Amino acid sequence: MRSDFAAIAKWIKPGAQVLDVGCGDGTLLNYLKESKAAHVYGVELADDKVLACAQKGLNIVQQNLEGGLALFEDNSFDTVILSQTLQTIHQTARILSEIARVGNECIVSFPNFGHWSHRASVALGRMPVSKSLPYQWYDTPNVRVLTIADFEALAPAVGLQLLDRVVLHDGQAVQFLPNLRGSLAIYRARRAG
Amino acid sequence: MSLGVVKPETLHFAEPLSLQSGASIANYNLVVETYGKLNAKKDNAVLICHALNASHHVAGISADNPDSIGWWDNMVGPGKPVDTNKFFVIGVNNLGSCFGSTGPMSINPSTGKPYGASFPVVTVEDWVNAQARVADHFQIEKFAAVMGGSLGGMQAMAWSMMYPTRVANCIVVASTPKLSAQNIAFNEVARSAILSDPDFHGGDYYAHNVKPRRGLRVARMIGHITYLSDDDMAEKFGRELRRAEGASDEYNFSFDVEFEVESYLRYQGEKFADYFDANTYLLITRALDYFDPAKAYANNLSAAMKDVIAKFLVVSFTTDWRFAPDRSREIVKALLDNKLDVSYGEIDAPHGHDAFLLEDPRYHGLVRAYFEQIAMGVNP
Repeated sequence: MRSDFAAIAKWIKPGAQVLDVGCGDGTLLNYLKESKAAHVYGVELADDKVLACAQKGLNIVQQNLEGGLALFEDNSFDTVILSQTLQTIHQTARILSEIARVGNECIVSFPNFGHWSHRASVALGRMPVSKSLPYQWYDTPNVRVLTIADFEALAPAVGLQLLDRVVLHDGQAVQFLPNLRGSLAIYRARRAG
Repeated sequence: MSLGVVKPETLHFAEPLSLQSGASIANYNLVVETYGKLNAKKDNAVLICHALNASHHVAGISADNPDSIGWWDNMVGPGKPVDTNKFFVIGVNNLGSCFGSTGPMSINPSTGKPYGASFPVVTVEDWVNAQARVADHFQIEKFAAVMGGSLGGMQAMAWSMMYPTRVANCIVVASTPKLSAQNIAFNEVARSAILSDPDFHGGDYYAHNVKPRRGLRVARMIGHITYLSDDDMAEKFGRELRRAEGASDEYNFSFDVEFEVESYLRYQGEKFADYFDANTYLLITRALDYFDPAKAYANNLSAAMKDVIAKFLVVSFTTDWRFAPDRSREIVKALLDNKLDVSYGEIDAPHGHDAFLLEDPRYHGLVRAYFEQIAMGVNP
């Protein structure tokens, strides 16, 4: 299981209404359904992943995230999750304000481009390929690359109040110099104000 | 695998059925086909609702006509997405249709003559009430699933609202919670074609031994255009001229069939006029027009669905401009607003509205996966 999933699950209350935006094959949702008895829904665009979710018996809504979350009412979920999906969406500000609108809380995770190994790679003249950024520059689904510091600068500007943060590297929590030593960042947030 | 040869069964209902219009109908027949076995708990039944021109003959090959393969044979059968090894599937010809169930062509027992124009206007809700009596006949308290495409999807939706405790799952494909003005307009053109045919005789053409064939042909042609996508028509016909092999591709400067697409539409119209009843066409298009469950709830579909319990699978097709994906999303939104379990597949298929009848691995894969989940909860 992906290392951010356990950290995300800690923030989900038993029986919660959960929406995973860009849910992939539904592994996280299935885990939350089974371990937290959460009432789960996923949003996904890719046909094969939609099918994988349906085969797990999950509620899955097929749609493109670039258009926002018009199907979902304000505050209709306890938690909306955007796990390692933010970096794949062009409409960055829009999707962040949408998940904050739909969820009482939201959880955002993304690979940290600021990890020292990525910085070193760029310094040596090549785009990084690592466990958290496993693609070549020419075949990556990521359209936005960001660091922990970048995200924390953007969050207030799009109306997100950050409540909690976990930074991981190789599944271990990173406390010291997280933007340099962490490869994966996970935030709990809510709509500001 | 195909079901092989299947036989219809006629069910008779003596007790009057009250209709939405205020009229009622008694002593009517409904023709059904069933596939697979109803289990001891009677909880593995699936009702398949048909659209405009289809019937109870959902799958398999007709006993009396080896060329007649069920209209959803690619979906229903042993090992098919709706697996008759696991489910007991019922196809029912709706009231007012023309494939054996009581309709305008049938003899009205109180006059000894065909109902014709006097056949009462029926609605989707009336059909659902009639289908509930079919369920009673088979002692099915609750369907594992009610499924349909297009107008059939409307019936599945209506089931979930009218009999919330009697349906566990609804599968709604290429459907809509109500027709748009454009949809109604197309229906009106089709009806006008029939009504203005001199052979229509105010709906009582049976007595004159004629059929408003010209009207039916045009009705089918206009309908057919709305079932296909622009791309699909371009792909199938383009601007190909209807010419013999090696013949000149110069224009004939006439109004005979020039283009392949004209030939196709005329063929479809002709075929339709052979087997379909004009009064039934009027009735069924009107049922489409009237369907609007949100109307009684200040046009709030979410409110209309407040008592729904069923889980839903909703499927639409990107090139369907008759009942476009946006219409399916309205259904999905109403279900989400009620925190109901729903999955929604938006299939990027090129075939327009007709895609719901065609085999597409993404579409069929999704339906199969959904029914496998249902099957886990019932014993064959």
